[in-house]
Order: sequence, then C-alpha cells, then structure tokens
Amino acid sequence: MSAFIDVHRISKSFAARREARHVLRDVSLQVERGEFVSILGAMGSGKSTLLSILAGLTAPDAGRVTIDGAQVTGIRRDAAVVFQNYSLLPWFTALENVRLAVDAALPDLTKDEQRAQAQRALEQVGLGNAIHRRPSQLSGGMRQRVAIARAFATKPQILFLDEPFGALDALTRETVQQDLARLCAAVDRPVTTVMITNNVEEAILLSDAIVPIVAGPPATLGTPIPVALPRPRSIAQLAHGEEATLVRAHVVATLTAALGRPRRHGTVRLKADPTI
Amino acid sequence: MSALVGILRLWRGGTPVVPLPDLWRLAGVPLLAILAFLFAWSRVSATVETSLGQIPGPVAVWRQAGNLWAEHQAERGRAAVFYERQAQRNARLRADNPRAAVTNLTYTGKPTYLDQIVTSLKTVFAGFLLASLAAVPLGILCGLSKTINAGMNPFIQIFRPVSPLAWLPIVTMMVSATYVSADPIFQKSFINSAITVSLCSLWPTLINTALGVSSIDRDLMNVARVLRLKWTTTLFKVIVPASLPLIFTGLRLSLGVGWMVLIAAEMLAQNPGLGKFVWDEFQNGSSDSLGRIMVAVFTIGIIGFLLDRVMLALHQLVDFGSRR
Repeated sequence: MSAFIDVHRISKSFAARREARHVLRDVSLQVERGEFVSILGAMGSGKSTLLSILAGLTAPDAGRVTIDGAQVTGIRRDAAVVFQNYSLLPWFTALENVRLAVDAALPDLTKDEQRAQAQRALEQVGLGNAIHRRPSQLSGGMRQRVAIARAFATKPQILFLDEPFGALDALTRETVQQDLARLCAAVDRPVTTVMITNNVEEAILLSDAIVPIVAGPPATLGTPIPVALPRPRSIAQLAHGEEATLVRAHVVATLTAALGRPRRHGTVRLKADPTI
Repeated sequence: MSALVGILRLWRGGTPVVPLPDLWRLAGVPLLAILAFLFAWSRVSATVETSLGQIPGPVAVWRQAGNLWAEHQAERGRAAVFYERQAQRNARLRADNPRAAVTNLTYTGKPTYLDQIVTSLKTVFAGFLLASLAAVPLGILCGLSKTINAGMNPFIQIFRPVSPLAWLPIVTMMVSATYVSADPIFQKSFINSAITVSLCSLWPTLINTALGVSSIDRDLMNVARVLRLKWTTTLFKVIVPASLPLIFTGLRLSLGVGWMVLIAAEMLAQNPGLGKFVWDEFQNGSSDSLGRIMVAVFTIGIIGFLLDRVMLALHQLVDFGSRR
C-alpha cells in the first residue's frame, strides 16, 4: 500500500540556452492522508517546480506522481492551490473571486447556495465585512486571506501552498499563519497539505513533517523530519519550547550540512540523527 | 483639465490646487504658444496673395465660422417655417373635411455645416463599430493561438499600411454590386465611407488586442487552470478583463485613424460630411472658400482631440493592471 501522495523519482529540466538545466532530479516523497508536510528550502531550489508537478500544472520529464492511487495527469478536482502572489482577479470583489472557484467546483448548487458558501468561506478568514472590496482595496494580508478562503471554499481534500506567506510582512504573516492552521484543523475531514516555504518557523508552526530540499538545482529531498509538537501551536510556545528548539536545530543542521557539502550527481541522502 | 481647475480656483480667490510653476507650464505656455501662432499666421497671411485674394488670417477664418453658424440658423429657420406652414395647411384641410388625406413632408434643404459634422460623426462611429466588432474577436483569437496569429500576420502586415484612397474604389464597386435596394435604409455613399473607415481603422485594435491577450499574466492563467474554469468562463472572466486596457488602447488608436481616414473617404465617396464640405468648397473656389476650409480643418482637429479624450477616459475606467 503506497502513501496517499506518492512521488516516485521524478526529474524535471528546462531548456536553457544551450543545455538542459536540471531543476529536479530523482525526487521522491511520500505524504500520508491528512498529513501537513512542508518542503523547506532556499529560493531557487526548484521547490515551486516540484509543487506545480504535484498539483498537475506541470508534467515531469521522468518518474510519476500518484495521489490516492491515481496517477496525476492534470489538476485534480479535489485539490486547491494557493499561490505566493495572491493571484486574485483584480476586476472582481473578494466575494466574486471566491465565487469563481465555488461556481466552477460546485455547479450543482443554486446561485444562492454558491453565494452563501463563498461568503461563509470569507467569514471564516475574518473578512465578513470586506466581501465587496476589490483586491486593490485590501491589504496584502487580507488579499492572501481571500486566496486562502478561495482555496477552502470548495472543501478540497488536498491543498497545495506555494510560499503562501512569502509576500507578507512578518507581523501580518503570523496572523495569517494562525488562520491557516485553524482552518486546516477545523474542517470535518483532514486536509492533506503540501506547503512550499523558505521559513523554518513557519514550517515548524504548521507541519507534521518537514522535508528539507537540498543542493538545488537539481534539487533533491532530504529525509523528512517529524514535528511531533502538540496542536494548537503558537509562535510564543515555539520560541521557547524545548521540543521545538530541537526540531529547529535539526532542520537548520540538515540544511547547512547540505549547503556545505560538495555537489555530487545523484541523490544526496541525509540520515536523521537518532540522538535528536 | 487640471490647469482649468487651478485657474478657476485662483479666480475665486482660493488657493490653487496646482502649484504656480505647474500652472504656468500647463496653461500659460500653451496659451502663449497659441497667441504666437495666431500672430504669426495673421502676419504671414497678409503678405500672401492668391488668385482668390488674400490668404485668410485668423480674423477672416473666425468670421467664416460665424457665417457658417448663421447659415445653419437661417436654414433651421426656413425648416421651422416650412413645418409650420405644413401644419397650418393640414389643420385647414382637416377643418374642411375630417377625412382629408394629409401629407407630411420632411424638409429637404441643403445640409448645413453642423449637419455635415453630425453626418461625419455618424459615419465614423458606424465604421469604428464595424471595425471593432471584427477586430476584437479576431484579436482575441490571434492572442490565444500562436498558429492563428502566424496565419493572420501576413494579412495584418500587408493590409495595414493601405491608404483609404486605395480601398475606396474597391469598396464602392463591391457595394454597388451587392447593395441593391429600392428603398435603402442607408445611402450608398454612407456605407462606402463607413466600410472604408473600418478597413483602415481595424488594425490598431486587432494588433493591440492580440498583444493584450498573449501577454496576459501567467499567474492569472494558472488560477484559471487550478480553479478548473470552463473555457468560456476563462475567456470572459479572466482573459478579456485582463486584456481590456490594451484593447482600449487599440480602440483609441483605431478611432483616431478612423477619424483621419474619414475625411479622405468622404471627399471621394461624396458622403455628405465634413470631407464633402471641404471638397465642395474646393470646387466652389470662391473668395470665401479658403476660410471655410480652414474652419473645417480646425473643426476636424478639435473633434479628433475630443474623441481621443473620451477614449482615454474609457481606457482609464478599465485599467486594473496597476491596481492589482
């Protein structure tokens, strides 16, 4: 029995000027149903390419991705994606942006039900009184909340987050993170989530496991580091908790070890240190 | 516009919204330039003699503008008198015999200068509408598909530089051959000039629409993909709104080209508009003709400017690009 999301030895390269540029090589990853996994790595390490392959936006050159036993060939009906730069349609209000997703995903509902569902999704992220504003009239944090509401409004089983807080300032980032954590925990069935991030704290706050991405490109994945902290988690608790400190040390050590290591072809395998 | 507001504020003793140096640049300099132009014009025109007399200076042209207005008023007066007489006659006929057959005739006088302006505007908008109806969908197709774009490109490149004077004979012959009706809704000359206008003015809209659609933000297209939107929804809710700013840039350029081309088309097609007015005055060759043609030149310029402003305002209404 394979994992819910099973990434098996995928590679991807883009044609650069003369030679092909390998972005991903032989990347494998398993995510169990209901798990929240963060892929953590530096900018330009091929994380976003990996996510877009998982989401079915890009096809891999080699290898395969299966979700719930079915090979990924396109965008799945039960998956939602949140992009780094909000990607809201500027000519629509917050409500209309969410409704676009609801109407497309749930065409069997009546207009009123679609509207109600979109409005509920916005209320859940605390934007109940801003539903008629255009993205240009919203702050960065509010825009990303609309994007999160849009993703959750269709009740997805799988959520792909591409640096969802990357464009936000540190203070806003924290509140939106809490919102996301609450939404992931509150829904009736567990949402399997893969998040791309370059922020260690964010990964620890939200994830069940952190997969460091190392030495990209071509990027390869390190061994998943479990984050066995009780939920709900708070930033304050993470800053001082002993367990969190250990996880942080492990993650940072993995990433810096990978950076210091001379680049070799093939997979860089990193063993989890049993003493931590 | 902001200069005007500034001047008004100064006039009423308030503080100007526009700082004085800006006011000078926005209103003072153009005003001075116009005055200098008028001065130079009147000096030069006084020295040039033609077989028809002096070249008209600003004063003579202004007088001709007044004459054209007076002629318009007089013609309207005659029309009013005509309709009044007709109403009186019909009333008298009905009084004698309630079942008398009364006829209501429309006044057929010579079109005045203002009538001709109105005809020109109707023609240019008819042609512009026709051009836009063809160019926007075609442009969207070209923007969506590289193949279609490659197929369209040679035609765009070859037909775009063709002058209205070359299109008009073709259009005239085609319309004469195909538009045969005993009781035509539109005059042939109107259709000829409108089609010629659209043939010349559709290219900027076509090119800009194609550019707008093909350069749409990839993130927005990704959103359409991950939301699994139907292609019609993607087209009308994502692609078209995203390319509206460039579509309107194209429309604005098209209307400008159309207005420019119209005068030439009307001259040749004898469509009763500003072009025909200019042509008739040219053929007339009276001592007033030069002045009247110059009035037409200024009218054409000012209307062209106003049309451009209207399109610019519309363009700003749909420009979401910078406010994402």
